[in-house]
Amino acid sequence: MTSTAPAPAPSFDPRVLKAPHPVPGAPNNWRRFLSFNTDAKVIGLQYMITSLFFLLVGGLLSMIMRGELITPAADLVDPTVYNGLYTMHGTVMLFLFLFPILNGFNNLLIPPMIGAPDMAFPRLNAAAFWMVPVFGVILMASFLVPGGPSGAGWWAYPPQSIQNPLGHFLNGQFLWILAVALSGISSIMGAVNFITTIIRMRAPGMGWFRMPIFCWTAVAAQAIQLIGLPVLTAGAVLLLFDLSFGTSFYRPEGGGDPMLYQHFFWFYSHPAVYVMVLPVFGIFSELFPVYARKPLFGYHVVAIASFAITFLSLIVWVHHMFYSGTPQWMRNLFMVTTMLIAVPTGIKVFAWIGTLWGGKLRLTTAMLFCLGGVFNFIFAGITGIMLATVPVDIHVGNTYFVVGHFHTVIFSTITYGVFAGIYHWFPKFTGRMMYEGLGKLHFVLTFIGSQLTFLPMHAAGLLGMPRRVASYDPEFAFANVLASLGAFLLGVATIPFLLNLVSSWVRGEKAPPNPWHAIGLEWLLPSPPPAENFEDDVPTVISGPYGYGLGRPLVEDEQRYVAKAASAASAATGGA
Amino acid sequence: MTTASPSPGRSPRLWGVLLVLLAVLADLAASFWMAAASHHWLPVPASAAAAPVDNLFALEVGIGSFIFFGCSGVMLWTLLFNRAPKYDLDNGDPIEGNLKLEIVWTLIPLVIVMLIAWKAIDVSTTLSTLGGKVRVTGGHGAMHGAEGPAAALEAADDPAAAEPIEVIGRQWSWEFIYPNGVHSSELHLPEGQRSYLRLSATDVIHGFFVPAFRLKQDLIPGSVIDYSLIPTRAGRYRLRDSMFSGGYFSSNQTDVVVEPPEQYAAWLEQALAQPLRPAANAATDLYAQRLARGDRGWATVPPAPPPLVHVSADPAASHEG
Repeated sequence: MTSTAPAPAPSFDPRVLKAPHPVPGAPNNWRRFLSFNTDAKVIGLQYMITSLFFLLVGGLLSMIMRGELITPAADLVDPTVYNGLYTMHGTVMLFLFLFPILNGFNNLLIPPMIGAPDMAFPRLNAAAFWMVPVFGVILMASFLVPGGPSGAGWWAYPPQSIQNPLGHFLNGQFLWILAVALSGISSIMGAVNFITTIIRMRAPGMGWFRMPIFCWTAVAAQAIQLIGLPVLTAGAVLLLFDLSFGTSFYRPEGGGDPMLYQHFFWFYSHPAVYVMVLPVFGIFSELFPVYARKPLFGYHVVAIASFAITFLSLIVWVHHMFYSGTPQWMRNLFMVTTMLIAVPTGIKVFAWIGTLWGGKLRLTTAMLFCLGGVFNFIFAGITGIMLATVPVDIHVGNTYFVVGHFHTVIFSTITYGVFAGIYHWFPKFTGRMMYEGLGKLHFVLTFIGSQLTFLPMHAAGLLGMPRRVASYDPEFAFANVLASLGAFLLGVATIPFLLNLVSSWVRGEKAPPNPWHAIGLEWLLPSPPPAENFEDDVPTVISGPYGYGLGRPLVEDEQRYVAKAASAASAATGGA
Repeated sequence: MTTASPSPGRSPRLWGVLLVLLAVLADLAASFWMAAASHHWLPVPASAAAAPVDNLFALEVGIGSFIFFGCSGVMLWTLLFNRAPKYDLDNGDPIEGNLKLEIVWTLIPLVIVMLIAWKAIDVSTTLSTLGGKVRVTGGHGAMHGAEGPAAALEAADDPAAAEPIEVIGRQWSWEFIYPNGVHSSELHLPEGQRSYLRLSATDVIHGFFVPAFRLKQDLIPGSVIDYSLIPTRAGRYRLRDSMFSGGYFSSNQTDVVVEPPEQYAAWLEQALAQPLRPAANAATDLYAQRLARGDRGWATVPPAPPPLVHVSADPAASHEG
């Protein structure tokens, strides 16, 4: 990094100068994506591309699983192989697809949305990213060690996870714990960075209540990472000691307690779902106003509700342990706290619907994924209340009902939100429009595929099909055939998506600075934005973020920024 | 609708109110239908827990359906009637919020979930399936206190409690030991009486799950958990391991046979006369096949030897739920 920082202009926010931000004129070619680049936008795209690769890996694993489950008997792969496949499917999708892709969004969106040139700690940012391929390789390498990868599920409950059948020191479970611990460290590094950036580097005039909801949800989500991840990491380290060095933190025959691990694990891993869903709530809250052409309904309440979710998410973890011998008073307590989460999430859902009401809806691909995501999320919220209810959970807990509920959240809500975000911000960060036709095909196939995959899982679970099985009784066959066909359809749905990504990036129509006529600092920048966003000309924010139809400017001297972005775009096309 | 009519004429407002009323009625009717239908989504009810759990579930299906149809109905309405024409670049109504509405949709869900929680606590208290839990650390018989966990549990338990049936979970088999000394690998229970179970696991965590009973309880190695339930319907039901337990987890299932008390007593007598022999066990067979094929696949611990039982589960028998 050379230091050729421009001299501070009077309009430049002096706070941003304190950051050792990267320098304009970074090598503008593909090689920067393979280097230790400190530019948040490069890191953002690195995260996105890495995680989309792992989406394909995780999806492939899930399709082998659904191939196994299309018939009741365990006939496609050995049951031990199935156990490894489902463990790796969950681990890859959570730690190598969802967390990294959402960090990709954080990197791409947070600095331009708040008018900062980069993240607060660019080198920490790059280090956090480069841990992802490192633990990705470690996790993939576990396919190659004797005995295969971990087959203990992504919960890795001891004593099963520390049985180590072959007795080797280097085993799949060992590599799994190592990868998860590194992932945790990477996420903590990211969280420190995102929170500091949002607190310290906002544009002049951007008070908390002028900040886009995506940034609110980013802080709310990353706060969970800071509070929860140390607990999981400690739990994982103790698990590693039990597995590899013969300690007995969780081993009952040595005086340990396997339940201790469950508390460590869920203290983080339940809130982890909120780490993933909160930014997606942010994406919904950003996109509905744009495509309904209305201000976000109840902006202040929606912003505060994010922190209500953060707080409540940290005190609900025992609802994963209702049938683990948890005493009745504790089950009731955690049932009540879990149910309370319905209130702030309900506020958000009603606010989105309120935003749609009386709007002028434009059904772009991004909007379709938002609408589909909220539709699915309402369903998942209702099954979530059922799972919070102790007597009902005792019947459906650890069955396919939970698998159906969880995937309706993690795929049909969170991944829909991720797709919506990609279609919405792709032009901003690549400078190219995506093809709407392919996008809509992707949406239709995904929507049909996800209902076909996940709805029958609820039915199988209600009838008593346990989760994580490689074979099952014939009465569950019908639901499983439907789910498998749906899963294969979801596999097909990624073809138009990938085709769209690649061909749009290579030869898509050039994107104007603000193709969706959206309000927001990022849309006042050229597409793609320059390395340091507004550089030394940071706008002063003078109103709230969703002034659709209110006829008020977002920033001082808005027309100048619009013209500047437009001229940068025409200069780029003129040069090309 | 009201926002779409700028002239506050009497009849459009009336039509609007009527339309909303009609939509709410339709939503209510659909939700009641869903709640009634929800009973058919569950296995046969075979224990005292089934009716209250099913009713609680139906209540949630009803309330949930009302919210789901209501929300998605409004979304569908906006999709049908609030679409922008192709070249219309206008904005919608610049409504930034409505404090009254926001208070209403904060309070109503709060009241609903607290009511559900109150109902659920009531059901749990009535069922009171879970007894005490005593940790047995140190393994192999070393126990807390001089009298051991069994005595500790009995003290805490209902003094009138019958001798419990020992339920032992292993990788991957089930063993049931009755007070009269009968060992079996399928669970027999008398109909209409509270049966007391004492759950333990020898290796990893297992889950005692009988869908027809709507009940599930984990077996924790190093702990002994007292459990009780009341079967209410004679028949043969599936008992599944619900907590992932490694290699042949999915094969770790057996049956629960609920029979009238006299028949149960007779079965106990007859069973005791049978010789002890290794139980038929799916995991043992699958593991033998794996070894015969050259031990291919990923690592697993070998199955524990099948328990020695007087009565083995019949893999060919058909179960009801």
